[in-house]
Amino acid sequence: MNSQTIKISARHVDVHYDKTHAIKDVSVEIPSNSVTAFIGPSGCGKSTFLRCLNRMNDTIESCQVSGDILLDGENIYDPKVDPVQLRAKIGMVFQKPNPFPKSIYDNVAYGPRIHGLAQGKSDLDALVEQALRRAAIWEEVKDRLSAPGTGLSGGQQQRVCIARAIATAPEVLLMDEPCSALDPIATAQIEELIDELRQNYAVVIVTHSMHQAARVSQKTAFFHMGTLVEFGDTKTIFTNPTDPRTEGYITGRIG
Amino acid sequence: MIEPNPYKSLFAASAQNKRRAAAEKRFHRLGLAAIFVGLSMLAILMTTIVTKGSGAFQQSFITLDVALLEAKLDKKGTRDLDNLKKVTTFGYAPLIKVAFEQVVVARGIETDLTSKDMAAIVSKSAAAQMRDCVLNDPGLIGTTAEFKFLANSWIDGYLKGRVTRETIANNKNVSIAQLDFADQLIELGIIGKSFNIQFILGADASDQRPEDAGIGVAIIGSFAMMCVVLLLALPIGVASSIYLEEFAPKNRLTDFIEVNIANLAAVPSIVFGILGLAIFINTMHLPQSAPVVGGLVLTLMTLPTLIISTRAALKAVPPSIRSAALGVGASKMQSTFHHVLPLAAPGILTGTILGLAQALGETAPLLLIGMIGYVATNMPETVSQGLLSPNSAMPAQIYEWAKRADPAFYERAWGGIIILLIFLVTMNLIAVTLRRRFEQRW
Amino acid sequence: MPTYILILMVIALALLGFWLGKRKVNLAAASLHSLPVHYATYVLLMTIFPAALTLVIWSLAAPWLLHEQGLTLPNTNDPVAQADAALKSIVVIIVAVVSLFFAMQKVSPKFRARNVVEKFILAALLICAALAVLTTVGIVVSMVFETAHFLNLHSWKDFFFGLAWSPNFHGDSALSILPLLWGTLYISCVALLVAVPVGLLSAIYLSEYASSFIRSIAKPLLEILAGIPTIVYGLFALLTFGPFLRDLFGPEGFFSVGWMSDARSVATAGIVMGIMLIPFVSSLSDDIINAVPQSLRDGSFGLGATRSETIKHVLLPAALPGIVGAILLAASRAIGETMIVVLGAGAIARFTGNPLEALTTVTTRIVSQLTGDGDFNSPETLVAFALGLTLFVLTLGLNIFALYYVRKYREQYE
Repeated sequence: MNSQTIKISARHVDVHYDKTHAIKDVSVEIPSNSVTAFIGPSGCGKSTFLRCLNRMNDTIESCQVSGDILLDGENIYDPKVDPVQLRAKIGMVFQKPNPFPKSIYDNVAYGPRIHGLAQGKSDLDALVEQALRRAAIWEEVKDRLSAPGTGLSGGQQQRVCIARAIATAPEVLLMDEPCSALDPIATAQIEELIDELRQNYAVVIVTHSMHQAARVSQKTAFFHMGTLVEFGDTKTIFTNPTDPRTEGYITGRIG
Repeated sequence: MIEPNPYKSLFAASAQNKRRAAAEKRFHRLGLAAIFVGLSMLAILMTTIVTKGSGAFQQSFITLDVALLEAKLDKKGTRDLDNLKKVTTFGYAPLIKVAFEQVVVARGIETDLTSKDMAAIVSKSAAAQMRDCVLNDPGLIGTTAEFKFLANSWIDGYLKGRVTRETIANNKNVSIAQLDFADQLIELGIIGKSFNIQFILGADASDQRPEDAGIGVAIIGSFAMMCVVLLLALPIGVASSIYLEEFAPKNRLTDFIEVNIANLAAVPSIVFGILGLAIFINTMHLPQSAPVVGGLVLTLMTLPTLIISTRAALKAVPPSIRSAALGVGASKMQSTFHHVLPLAAPGILTGTILGLAQALGETAPLLLIGMIGYVATNMPETVSQGLLSPNSAMPAQIYEWAKRADPAFYERAWGGIIILLIFLVTMNLIAVTLRRRFEQRW
Repeated sequence: MPTYILILMVIALALLGFWLGKRKVNLAAASLHSLPVHYATYVLLMTIFPAALTLVIWSLAAPWLLHEQGLTLPNTNDPVAQADAALKSIVVIIVAVVSLFFAMQKVSPKFRARNVVEKFILAALLICAALAVLTTVGIVVSMVFETAHFLNLHSWKDFFFGLAWSPNFHGDSALSILPLLWGTLYISCVALLVAVPVGLLSAIYLSEYASSFIRSIAKPLLEILAGIPTIVYGLFALLTFGPFLRDLFGPEGFFSVGWMSDARSVATAGIVMGIMLIPFVSSLSDDIINAVPQSLRDGSFGLGATRSETIKHVLLPAALPGIVGAILLAASRAIGETMIVVLGAGAIARFTGNPLEALTTVTTRIVSQLTGDGDFNSPETLVAFALGLTLFVLTLGLNIFALYYVRKYREQYE
């Protein structure tokens, strides 16, 4: 990848829960059309930081975020910004597949419907099909779109959830350990998918598996105890880390 | 096709988004309104109870000097108690008329009322009150003693603003002249309101004497029932919960028992009243209106709820405690009674108190087994009397008052509710404190 | 001798057995199977239990047997009663002494006293647990028996399909359940129309919108409404809310429409009952909405849905079975509620659609038929048992249905 444009730029972000200081002065720049991985031992704040990027932390009462996070140069924490609109631009996929207790079709159509993205039924049908195709699940579910989403296997559910996120036409996709609840075969499918998705989106993935980060990402950020220790090209981080803590984690001494 | 995201800039809200934000606001307000409706109902209910019921604790009294004439009360002059008892309340009533005549002359009150009409503003309980006083202390005969009589309910209502000259236009029980008379007595300080302990301690009175009615005997009735419920429901409830939670094998029978208990907890209370009437009274011939029967019925009614809360308390004790006890060689029974039960005790106690509070406020089943109001006129004197002789209970007494025609009883019904709620609040506070104090989290 | 002295004597014998049993195993030099206290308890239980059983059976059976012969027991001066008491005491004491003796025979170091005592306790626990079933059986048997009695005296066609309710104590009453059922269902519907929207929206607000501070205040306050005894609501309906409605809709009322003649009406009882049910619906729905996994909310928020969209399109559909169950439970509560309708609904059995007119209900009629001085074998009194049985079947059906729904819903997310 040659040098890309910066999609999200976070500057001096701090997060507090009640008395805990969860994120300490983190600044990071996420490029478009590439996969950025957040790695680190559990409890290091990587998921918390990810949830700051689409303001999911707003739903937690005690959570306080300070600092600036810019999406295409616009501050997403500006009081005039509607988080609803923001989240339509930044889609999210969660750790555990969480299809709604509706049909597969309705799961994927949910986003377009609430945002009013489709004109008419045929438009919506096309949109759902395209999202399912991009999520590489169309062939498996095209004959049972009206079956409940909860009836699929874990890997299929997760891909439907990805399709659901894509259907809203986001510019960024946040993925919070998307494979941690899946078996190795499903994980391989999702990883392959992530690699394809970066053609159209800026993808940010939180993972506890270093190997996954090495496989799918171009950029890697290493978090430790709420601070960003090191951020750079994935190759550099894994072959020639500058910070001893990063090296310790990668070689298995920390974490 | 998936179009590029329609939201160009984060700062430019689309029309669609404005609509959605407005819908969101509407829904939020709807929820807030629902909470507001609920809470304002509570506020209205509470204010109604307090404003309408607090009057019952104040009562109008008439203070009179009554000459206890020997000629009327003890013609033989022997002060022999048996002889004195032969003089009924009719013998005492004229003394009140005389006392009023004397007051009118002595204090210069202007009135056209006959002495009979004057005496009518005193409660019909006044003669009995004098008689009890004289029988207690025969030495009073021949002297002039000061008595504090209850005013009748119309005069009492006049002092409290419930009765006005307009509302009694066609009323046979009280006349405008009597109100004028009362006005003068109020100015002279002969009639005045003061705290009425009789309402809290006394017995119900007949239709004719609302001013004399009290809830005290009904409180004793409720208390007797609660004792029965506690003595029966707690051991039986704890025993069945222990069996179901700790020992029961998973089979059809225990499944059936569990479903049964869950359903019994939601059976309308009046059905338990029918059960009590059919089984305890018609089949077993236990005495009607007796608190012990009421207690039995309420026990059956409370048991399912008690079992459900006790099982929850037992379930909250972590299995590791049981394993630890079994691991040192205790039998299952020993592990349950030495370790699990003591740890669950605060939870069980809390559930029991809440179950008792629920039983205390229950009315419908009591009506069917005859525990309606005005069945007991005296305080029970022994424990067995308290359990077996006919009595009422607080909620049933309130119901009885609400049914009577004289609006003076309504004030007493609301006042009774205040007392009932004080009991319930106290019980709930104890339960909450227990829970806060002993709650353990594993 | 008075019963309590008899009980004390049996207890004294049992304590003696406790001491004897302990002494016997302590004196035996051999190693014991159980703790001495188990042997002692064994003797104690074996002494007390047969005697207590005898006493209870005697006390229950004697009044019944004597009643059959036209005698009543509470009169202690009666020679028959005195003979009964004396005989009872002697038999109970003999039973206690004999069983004490047999228990002592059994006690030896090899005897597995703990197992026997524990089995005994287990049996006692099981009997207590079975009492709940016994209660149900008691309810059903007593009501079925009396209902059969009623249907012998009164035509079943009139009870189930007649159109009038007019009991008179000269006989020849019309006793149909239909007008009463109409009143019951109408008032319950009004109550649910109040309780379900307010309760459900309150639950949604408390679980999805309110800050933890507001929740910690509003939730317990709302639940106070559930702890207030129904007699209070009844009084409120009769003396405050009914007159208030009449002041609005009565002949001399605020709107001077004259739609309402009495303070007691369907609306009076129904709305007040609805207030009572608000916390019932809201706390049940609150539990159910909270049981919807957080991941579904996150999924919806992550797609850019607003809170209300998440609630309407994701939470409520997911929680629907549970909420239906909660509403059914509330309906069963409304149908069986007694005091509010007794005081607030009126006593006129008819088919009317006007919510401002008085109507009567099944529970109201049960109270009025059973609290009068009526003859206990007349159909006018016995009909109350038939009404009670109907009520029991109706509420039981609703409960079973509702609990099934709620349980199924819970399992879905466990």
